[in-house]
Amino acid sequence: MIYINAFLFSGLICLLGEIILDNTKLTPGHITTIFVITGSFLDIFNIYDYFVKIAGGGALVPITSFGHLLIHGALDKACDLGFMGLMMGMFDLTSTGIVAAIIFSFFLSFLFKPQN
Amino acid sequence: MEKNKYKDLVTKHTPKENRLLNAFIAFGIGGMLGVIGELLRTFYAYILDIPKQDAGVFMTTTLIFIGCLLTCFGFFDKWVNFARCGLIIPITGFAHSMQSAALDYRREGFVTGLGSNMLKLAGSVIIYGIISAYIFGIVRFLIFGGNV
Repeated sequence: MIYINAFLFSGLICLLGEIILDNTKLTPGHITTIFVITGSFLDIFNIYDYFVKIAGGGALVPITSFGHLLIHGALDKACDLGFMGLMMGMFDLTSTGIVAAIIFSFFLSFLFKPQN
Repeated sequence: MEKNKYKDLVTKHTPKENRLLNAFIAFGIGGMLGVIGELLRTFYAYILDIPKQDAGVFMTTTLIFIGCLLTCFGFFDKWVNFARCGLIIPITGFAHSMQSAALDYRREGFVTGLGSNMLKLAGSVIIYGIISAYIFGIVRFLIFGGNV
């Protein structure tokens, strides 16, 4: 069941993005930014946690989960340390993704040449 | 008069996109990636014997690596042109934007080219993610008091 949920949730988010891309003049950069902001907005009311529970990896793959993880880590730290914790814990959960993307793309750019 | 004529010409020669087909392809491919993510997460949780929450991190890293590698081989660009948001919205789009910037700007030098341009496309995601998370974090912290 969780696989069907994952398919539907991830597919619906991509469908929404494609509809916005086709019918407006926004670029893909705008759309990914909008989705990140949406992801962190949904976490105010614990909605995204519910999505992760029912759709599993399907909710973690789209870029909305990036915003969700940012605010999630910040709030975890903020429980202990107050407002300063918001800044300290911001990258607690997302650091793996950013660091992995930087390291892989840095070293792979040595090995390959751009292809047009 | 001239302007109208030009506009007519442009609209006449702009290739018509099949929006319904585009949306359907994005739905299918995005959904497939979601299923692959869930499969990988279950696989890592089973193989490495770790809680599912940590397995999500492994899954994200794997997808980023695959996205970077396929961009290097050169056929990810064609797939992105075909599936559009089906590949841009998932985390592979983040990896793809970073990798293509790294490949393009490497010839301009390591500091002024690669270093300063790598986050050119992915930077807005990180910047606005942090800003929105900070603002919404304050709102949530004042209303509900952190994670409940």
